[in-house]
Amino acid sequence: MNTPENLKYSKTHEWVKDMGDGKFEIGLTDYAQSELSDLVFVNLPEIGDDVTADEVCADVESVKAASDVYSPVTGKVAEVNEELIDAPQSINSDPYSAWLFRAEDVTDTEELMDAAAYNELVAKEKQ
Amino acid sequence: MKLIYEKGAPGRHASILGKCDVPEVMPPVDDMRKEKPLLPEVSETEISRHYQALSKRAYGVCDGLYPLGSCTMKYNPSVDEDIAALPEFTSVHPLAPDETVQGSLTVLSEMEKVLMAITGFAGFTFEPAAGAHGEFTGLLTIKAYHRANGDLTTRTKIIVPDSAHGTNPASAAMAGFEVINTPSDDKGCIDLDALRAVVGPDTAGLMLTNPNTVGLFDPNIVEVTKIIHEAGGLCYYDGANLNAAMGIARPADMGFDVMHLNLHKTFATPHGGGGPGSGPVGCREDLVKFLPGSRPVKGSDGMLHMEAGSDSYGRMRAFNGNFLVIVKALTYVKMLGRDGLLEASRNAVLNANYMRVKLSDILPAAYDVTCMHEFVVSLDDLKKSTGVSALDFAKAMQEYGIHPPTMYFPMIVHEALMIEPTETEPKETLDEAIHAIREIYERSYHESEWMHGCPHTDSDWLHEYVPEDTGAADRLEKAVTTVIGRPDEVTAARHPKLTYQG
Amino acid sequence: MGSFVPGTKAEQESMLREAGYKNWDDLFSGIPKDVYLADKPLDIPEGKSELEVTAEMKEIADRNVRFRYILRGAGAYDHYIPSIVGRVVRKESFLTAYTPYQAEISQGILQSIFEYQSEIAALTGMDVSNASAYDGASAAAEGVMMCLDRKRTKILVSDSIAPETMDVVKTYCFGRNVSCTVVPSKEGVTDLDALKEMAGDDTACLLIQSPNYFGIIEPAAEAADLIHGAGAKLVMSVNPISLGLLKTPAEYGADVAVGEGQSLGMPLAWGGPYLGFMAATKEMMRKLPGRIVGETTDSEGRRAYVLTLQAREQHIRREKAGSNICSNEALCALTASVYLAAMGPEGLKLAALQSTSKAHYLQKVLESKGLDLVYDRPFFDEFLTSSESRESRDKLLSALEKIGVLGGLPCGEREILWCVTEKVPKEVLDMVGREAR
Repeated sequence: MNTPENLKYSKTHEWVKDMGDGKFEIGLTDYAQSELSDLVFVNLPEIGDDVTADEVCADVESVKAASDVYSPVTGKVAEVNEELIDAPQSINSDPYSAWLFRAEDVTDTEELMDAAAYNELVAKEKQ
Repeated sequence: MKLIYEKGAPGRHASILGKCDVPEVMPPVDDMRKEKPLLPEVSETEISRHYQALSKRAYGVCDGLYPLGSCTMKYNPSVDEDIAALPEFTSVHPLAPDETVQGSLTVLSEMEKVLMAITGFAGFTFEPAAGAHGEFTGLLTIKAYHRANGDLTTRTKIIVPDSAHGTNPASAAMAGFEVINTPSDDKGCIDLDALRAVVGPDTAGLMLTNPNTVGLFDPNIVEVTKIIHEAGGLCYYDGANLNAAMGIARPADMGFDVMHLNLHKTFATPHGGGGPGSGPVGCREDLVKFLPGSRPVKGSDGMLHMEAGSDSYGRMRAFNGNFLVIVKALTYVKMLGRDGLLEASRNAVLNANYMRVKLSDILPAAYDVTCMHEFVVSLDDLKKSTGVSALDFAKAMQEYGIHPPTMYFPMIVHEALMIEPTETEPKETLDEAIHAIREIYERSYHESEWMHGCPHTDSDWLHEYVPEDTGAADRLEKAVTTVIGRPDEVTAARHPKLTYQG
Repeated sequence: MGSFVPGTKAEQESMLREAGYKNWDDLFSGIPKDVYLADKPLDIPEGKSELEVTAEMKEIADRNVRFRYILRGAGAYDHYIPSIVGRVVRKESFLTAYTPYQAEISQGILQSIFEYQSEIAALTGMDVSNASAYDGASAAAEGVMMCLDRKRTKILVSDSIAPETMDVVKTYCFGRNVSCTVVPSKEGVTDLDALKEMAGDDTACLLIQSPNYFGIIEPAAEAADLIHGAGAKLVMSVNPISLGLLKTPAEYGADVAVGEGQSLGMPLAWGGPYLGFMAATKEMMRKLPGRIVGETTDSEGRRAYVLTLQAREQHIRREKAGSNICSNEALCALTASVYLAAMGPEGLKLAALQSTSKAHYLQKVLESKGLDLVYDRPFFDEFLTSSESRESRDKLLSALEKIGVLGGLPCGEREILWCVTEKVPKEVLDMVGREAR
């Protein structure tokens, strides 16, 4: 299982990248995509929407299930990854490139962990 | 197999209408469609053969056991179809004057009386076209009650057990309520302490089915409804599992206030591939005035008339209900009568327990007690030992000519298969099914690869596995190959192709 | 007592013991004593044999009046049903099958739904269709709900739609706690000036019906422009037979097309079972409620049909689903499919043309007898007349009933809403004229 060192992680299996210019990029982890299996559709937020840390902001669909995505940050949606509409499977094949949305005006992040702590969390869940 | 669109040729047609005997009047040019619609152009011969071929690629109750838990796929009596086809019933306009439709009004009136006796409720609406439609209707009745009491803005929550059918929370959301999930205990029934913790002044009501979705009659049911009533809420009964209860117990006695029934389950009307059904909703006396639509009432002229409740909250559909479905159900209940309905429920419960007991050494029920009309087994252990999942097992059953049971429901049981044989199955059919399930279970340990590939489209496997006991020759004869293997559902969802494009 | 339990009493008792129970009470010993009915019989008459039940139900049926000709529409239409339709839908494996969740053994059902979806899409001109809804009125209510989003929560409904549809839409709005405002009609059609005033930033959609309740063709193109101009959507309720001739909702720019499919091969049957059809643009596809069948392949490349986009539905989304719909009207959708195959595009056009021509013929006949056309606008196969008085209106309808004709629907003080389909011969229309002295 892949867990890049340079990212931060939420307990609900989203990854966060500080882009340095005030924006934060958010996606789903490798563990998340493997649990969800083949994704068929993504319901993304709209540009301009407010998002709140630890609250549902999007969802992803597989054939037999729909799963909520929780925002790791509080802020405003600046961009969404339109490519995912036609190719949701990139979340499965390349979870750390297939970002869902980028947030700006971020005022709050929930407690995010580093790669090592996230790997521990996943190891516990697998038991 | 070809689509009907891929048959025929331009200009081919059946001979249905004659010449127009009045001068032709065309609509204004600007109001006319530019191109003719893309519809099949086929002769009647081609239509007849096409649908015959399609019907051979379907599996009905007429084809064999249909042990779908929660669906009650019992035999659909032939006489019901004849009565529902009577021209006196089929040719009647829904807006014809009441005096000219006394027969139809009598059907509703008599059906209402039967449902009142079975359930203990005071009045019914026949508007809902299906169970989910009935749930929505019942919840709106509850909403109307709270509105009349001035509690609409405070009583906003409906409590639903985690074992509930998906339509329950979906219906609550359509009725504008917030859904509060409450857990089941380790016996598969409502956890009373957890329930007490979530009720309060914001409780509008509870939705429950009893026997519940794991096939158990909740022994605390009277306490459950009491808890809700003490908090000022109302209790909604999902009647999907009523086949276990006719003449055995009445929802009104359990403390429920509103319910729906599924005529296409308990009352033997055919499923039609997904409808039409009928989901009448009944309630206690003081709620009857809120019900939608109208009910047949005897007037001073001695005739039946349709009358709306004094505080009816509205209407669920344009006209009176799925009337022909109700005709079928009434024919059925008249035929069974008071003793036949009791016999039906008793044998539904017997057949389920018979199967449960006979499979208990290999596939014990998730809750190892006497069940009602259905029981749930978990294939979690089988999956851990062999890799064979509930899905694989179900697909293997197809090859034995048995429709698979309900899969992966309810969500509180992992790798679930829910089995409901119904009362209209002969003992031999049950024994054959038990034998098939036992054989598939054995094969899971020796041939898990074969299982992952079920159902097979050719019969090579028939010559590989040789069962050691007698009866092998019979089973080989009945083995079924399917016209397709497992379809690619991922591509179907990622790249939806929903119409013929030409 | 009639019974469909195969086993004899002796066989039943034997099975009870084999399963480990002493008797029936033992089997039900887990039922709390305060609700177990024990020996208390249901308050229902004794059961009967098939022979007796048939006689009893026939006697009840005979209390209905069978009219020879029906000139009443208003949401339910007496069109000719080709013989092959009944023959096909009575096939037992269609009739008694369950919902096709097990795709491998249900390809026949799934393919027939796919064909139905294709036919509805073709008829309405829209991109996609679902597998059916309960009836036209509830389909209209579901269609309107599809258009709601977080910012747009107000629904506009034209006054000229069928009153039953209006009631159902209002009821569904009561459910979802959204407002439903009526756009008035003027001279028999939606008042476009009023619509312009009322459509705003918070409007989700406008629902219109064409032909409308009075049979009049609505100015749907202008309504579409106005409602789209406000950033909202157009939901059109349409008559499927009329689409054999008339402009499609797609051509008008509708986002969602719905309607009552009963005319496509289902009998009047005092109101049901009927068929709600729902079609939409590609953009609105994932908002469609209910089942949808899609085409795919199996692992060996065979074409296969399967229920798809299920993550929209209640069994997956639960309280987050757009609709709770589960069972729909599958056999009625099959009925419509067979009807459309039997009629074909030319037959459907003929049914539409004959219906509208005969309606216009009757209208002229009645006009010559003093029943004025209330709205002087193009109509399809229904029209509203005004009699001299309430008494003369009621007298005419009574007289028609006596000769086996169900006349138009009495509306208001002295109006009648007439409908003529291809089934009514010219002689009957002339006879109606003679009664309208």
